[in-house]
Amino acid sequence: MLNYIARRVLLMIPTLFVISALVYVIVDLPPGDCVTSQIDELLSRGDPDALRRADELRSLYGLDQPLWQRYLEWVAGMFQWDFGLSCQDTVPVGDLIGERLMLTMVMEVSTIAFIWIVSFIIGVYAATHQYQAGDYIASFIGFVGLAVPNFLLALVLLYVGKVYFGLSIGGLMDPEYIDKPLSWGKVSSVMQHLIIPVIVIGTSGTAGMIRRLRANLLDELQKQYVVTGRAKGLPPMKLLIKYPLRHALNPFVADIGNLLPEVISGSVIVSVVLSLPTTGPMLLGALKTQDVNLAATFLLFVAVLTVIGTLISDLLLAALDPRIRLGATAEK
Amino acid sequence: MTDAPPARTAHYVSREPWDPYIADRLTAEQEKFYMAGQWKLMWWRFRRHRPAVVSAVFLLLMYASTLISEWIAPYDLHTRHIRHIFAPPQSVHLFHEGELRAPFVYALKMQRDPDTLQRVYTEDLTKPQSLRFFCRGETYQFWGLVEGSFRFVCPPTEGTFFFLGTDRLGRDMFSRIVYAARISLTIGVIGIVLSFALALVLGGLAGYYGGWIDNVVQRVTEIIRSFPHLPLWLALSAALPVTWSPLLVYFGITLILALLDWPGLGRAVRSKLLALREEDYAVAAQLMGAKPSRIIGRHLLPGFMSHLIASATLSIPSMILAETALSFLGLGLRPPITSWGVLLNEATDINVVAVNWWLMLPVVPVILVILAYQFMGDGMRDAADPYA
Repeated sequence: MLNYIARRVLLMIPTLFVISALVYVIVDLPPGDCVTSQIDELLSRGDPDALRRADELRSLYGLDQPLWQRYLEWVAGMFQWDFGLSCQDTVPVGDLIGERLMLTMVMEVSTIAFIWIVSFIIGVYAATHQYQAGDYIASFIGFVGLAVPNFLLALVLLYVGKVYFGLSIGGLMDPEYIDKPLSWGKVSSVMQHLIIPVIVIGTSGTAGMIRRLRANLLDELQKQYVVTGRAKGLPPMKLLIKYPLRHALNPFVADIGNLLPEVISGSVIVSVVLSLPTTGPMLLGALKTQDVNLAATFLLFVAVLTVIGTLISDLLLAALDPRIRLGATAEK
Repeated sequence: MTDAPPARTAHYVSREPWDPYIADRLTAEQEKFYMAGQWKLMWWRFRRHRPAVVSAVFLLLMYASTLISEWIAPYDLHTRHIRHIFAPPQSVHLFHEGELRAPFVYALKMQRDPDTLQRVYTEDLTKPQSLRFFCRGETYQFWGLVEGSFRFVCPPTEGTFFFLGTDRLGRDMFSRIVYAARISLTIGVIGIVLSFALALVLGGLAGYYGGWIDNVVQRVTEIIRSFPHLPLWLALSAALPVTWSPLLVYFGITLILALLDWPGLGRAVRSKLLALREEDYAVAAQLMGAKPSRIIGRHLLPGFMSHLIASATLSIPSMILAETALSFLGLGLRPPITSWGVLLNEATDINVVAVNWWLMLPVVPVILVILAYQFMGDGMRDAADPYA
């Protein structure tokens, strides 16, 4: 087991290196750099110093160096929590992203918790009441969750909130808590604002999870041991929880690897629509202004989050499911 | 046992030639079933799946409509009506003052709200204007090639016909949705063709040769699959040069969508090939000196092609959604190329949408098409499943 963990962790390192290089190159790909647009603005105002200023800015951001040198500096600095300067307002990237990363993680973890809880309840209900009204409603919700783009869902909720309740649901906390230190009031305010984004991001993931749990549980429920248990008079609830449910629960852990990228993708677009102070809007802005350090840092962070999430899910799965645990050791 | 054996009974012997298979002769119906090829069987099974058939017909109609968008849309894609900015949908009426008449609309009257300065449109109930059918409307270039002016519906000679309202430049939403279908519907198909080709080649190489090729392809798929797609799509499409022509951007976007989509299909190809190449018939072909390309193409691929097509169909919706999301965020297609996502880009500002709700209408075809693909894909997968 220890061996297995060590191998997985070691494999993570080259993966992350490849991703970081890839991300950096892609973000740097478009012609021009982040100084270009600023200088164009100065030039159009007829500033005679514009060109000199451009050189100054370029050397400040290290843009006069070749790509590989900038990349290496960026990677080297990362080990000291130094991600270089952001081009937008000449501040270290580390300062810009700190709180946003926290809020993003909070949002993503609560979304996954939401997906688990909701799809567990609905999935078990749908499987035990196959072909009844509740089952059909569950699969209908599932299809809607698959087909409706989640930015639309966000827009509709915003629209309903605005037109019918006079609310603005944008943001992740009440204005008075922005830039304030952590407090109970702030936490509860964040919690309240989280509800809508979590529902919006979670819907599509919930749909898939319900389908899988229902299918798995239905397979198990037809097996002979369930029939035996029922025949010898086990109470239905105990019978369900004690055996078939445990078999059917695998996807809950195994799917974090698939769920996490999906949730992160969803959160980017939803947080743009709802203008949440998470990584999404800032990433979009950084990509549009070619702020290489900022955008690459965000993308890398997202990758790290996914890779670690997948690792945890694999380890959990091995710990929980003897079939996989024993299979993994038998292979070696 | 003392009785004499009974006298021989005259027994009947048929003179007909003996048919040893008489017991298991098939009825005509059974014969048809057993003789049918693989694809025919699948077609029969697919036909039994009601929702899938309905969806397939719906999709066919949608795709057919993209062939003749010019005839369906009452206006051109870019025609601006400066006097009708943010006009609400005009409904088609049949009764004027209790009298039945040909389909008509009421003329729109625009006033400014004195307080908010917003445009307020009202129907002028005294002025019914008949719609014209099968008529000559605005001229257009049919597929950018032939000049024409034939349309199924034209606005009344004196008035306007905005079935789904107009946008901030006074362009007819219905016409724009009809034209945008061309882009939105094809991008999924072209994207999936590209991704399919990539998956076949890379998955095929990995599955058939194994060894280091397999290792490299496996690592690459793992990296792509473990990375959230949307941020990467954003980064890649931000990397498309601004100087590219809109058409080039269109192909760039399809390529980007395909680049991140193939690993799922590629894995399926690889695992199937790994299993199938050990089969006796594959080994036999190899021993007879067939080249790898022939073994893969002639003997192995047909065995799981149906599965691949079904799973490819199931990933078209995610492509359409991805394009819509990218364009919605302003990093996908750019005007003058118009897709449903580009139209929705106008609906990003909630304050605008709250007043002009019809700007959100382009999501209706998005949802319908995605649901249809989902149902059709489910039906195809069930039909392609040999164990069903």
